[in-house]
Amino acid sequence: MRNVRLLAVGWVMHMKMLSTSSFNGLLAIVYPIFFATVAFFIYQAGNENALAYAGLGAAVMGIWGSTSTAAGAALQRERWHGTLEVLVTSPAPFSLVLLPITIAMASIGLYSMFSTLLWGRLLFGIHVPVHDWPLFCASILATILSIGMCGFLIAVAFVRYRTAWALGNLLEYPVWMVCGFLVPLHEFPEAVQWISRTLAPTWGMRAIRDASNGTPIVTDLLVCVALGAGYMLAGVILAERLLRSARAKATLSLT
Amino acid sequence: MSLTSLRVFFIGGLLSYRALFGWLSPWVMIPTFVIAPIFQILLFTYIGRAAHLRSDEFYVVGNALQYASIPCVFAMTNTVAGERYQSTLGAVLVTPAKRIPLFVGRSLPVILNGFLVAAFAFAAGGAILRIHVPASSIPALALVLFVTATATTGLGLSTAAIALLARDTATLSNIVFGTLLVVTGANVALEDLPGWMSTPAQGLPLTHGIEAARRLADGASFGRVGGLVAAEALVGLLWAVLGYATIRLLEWQSRIHATLERA
Repeated sequence: MRNVRLLAVGWVMHMKMLSTSSFNGLLAIVYPIFFATVAFFIYQAGNENALAYAGLGAAVMGIWGSTSTAAGAALQRERWHGTLEVLVTSPAPFSLVLLPITIAMASIGLYSMFSTLLWGRLLFGIHVPVHDWPLFCASILATILSIGMCGFLIAVAFVRYRTAWALGNLLEYPVWMVCGFLVPLHEFPEAVQWISRTLAPTWGMRAIRDASNGTPIVTDLLVCVALGAGYMLAGVILAERLLRSARAKATLSLT
Repeated sequence: MSLTSLRVFFIGGLLSYRALFGWLSPWVMIPTFVIAPIFQILLFTYIGRAAHLRSDEFYVVGNALQYASIPCVFAMTNTVAGERYQSTLGAVLVTPAKRIPLFVGRSLPVILNGFLVAAFAFAAGGAILRIHVPASSIPALALVLFVTATATTGLGLSTAAIALLARDTATLSNIVFGTLLVVTGANVALEDLPGWMSTPAQGLPLTHGIEAARRLADGASFGRVGGLVAAEALVGLLWAVLGYATIRLLEWQSRIHATLERA
């Protein structure tokens, strides 16, 4: 129960902090809209029937956009604030302290998702039909959680790099590209499609599209959640090892 | 121009670039200037393929040039924002150095950076997607890339001026980058954009440069795109003059109202 409370309080606190930041809040909403706008114009001019496809994909894109760079920089931010050592030495497991941060980052993507859907509706007349609202909402929730867990793994993996934000930023375009947000996966070579299948956002996007179309989503949803859980497990193990090493070598602050 | 001003222009500009543009570490430079532009090209090329709209060459040229705005806008903005972050803005502005060499000199390394980023993205994107550009067009293309990087740096000088009013320049620079992505024809031909976007785009850097580069890549001679290149240079010059004038105005205002560190 204490762990659940820690996750919930951490999530609320970081949502508030991120919402007041123009970089993580405002830009997380506006930046994906630029890319969505370009995609809408391209599809409008070339294949108008695919506009609803692009509308939904562009909306979900923002969840990843708000997570990748921010998660990469999450621990560096704590380091700058001088709070990383405090967090590491607190009695709570470090993973339970970090996880709500990255899930909050993914949750900020909800703002982007709604604003992109609204932008598409008002400017491009894109209507995204939703046949099954409960499953649609469940698939969005699963996508946010799995992307948050992916962000957790990224944050932990980049803890030793001062410029982790740049590495996180680097992951933005590839995931937008290969997870089926704006480009159907069959457009890519087979090897790229295999990479896509190992990424939780691919399955989350499929589940959201299936819920929107009214087709069964169970498999997509389960794979999305399972991959997210896998990222979390990998992140927890990695965090323990890296923190033990940082303590032993006194390298946590990277000074 | 006196020898002191020349030193401020060249040496001061280079020192400022090395000190303030925090992206020169290989850990930032390689992901940001080498890998990211390739993925941006690939992203929009695949969207274009899925929409059955334009050739791969259209997206390679558009995005390679548009990506020059990352160094050009961000680095120029940091000439002011970076000084404030390092607590040296006040010291810089009380120096007797002439302002044109002080601020414009900082643009030279940035222009070179933007040019190299665009040229690399063009070459790498072209090689990956196997687009063919006539060898005879390459010198003219290089000139267009240089003029475009210069013009975009002019816009960067204007965003640098805004940094005297606002602290969060990273958000500002990203919004400028996104605006250029949408309206300059990098990925959407101007005729496919609504008039309220395509008309103001004529006054933005990149618009004419991208069009000129596309025609050159299709085999046009430099003489056929001379007007576009001149328009790109003129647009860049106007933005640079606007940026410089705004910096001077805001510097003067900040002295009168003691607001330099308030922003």
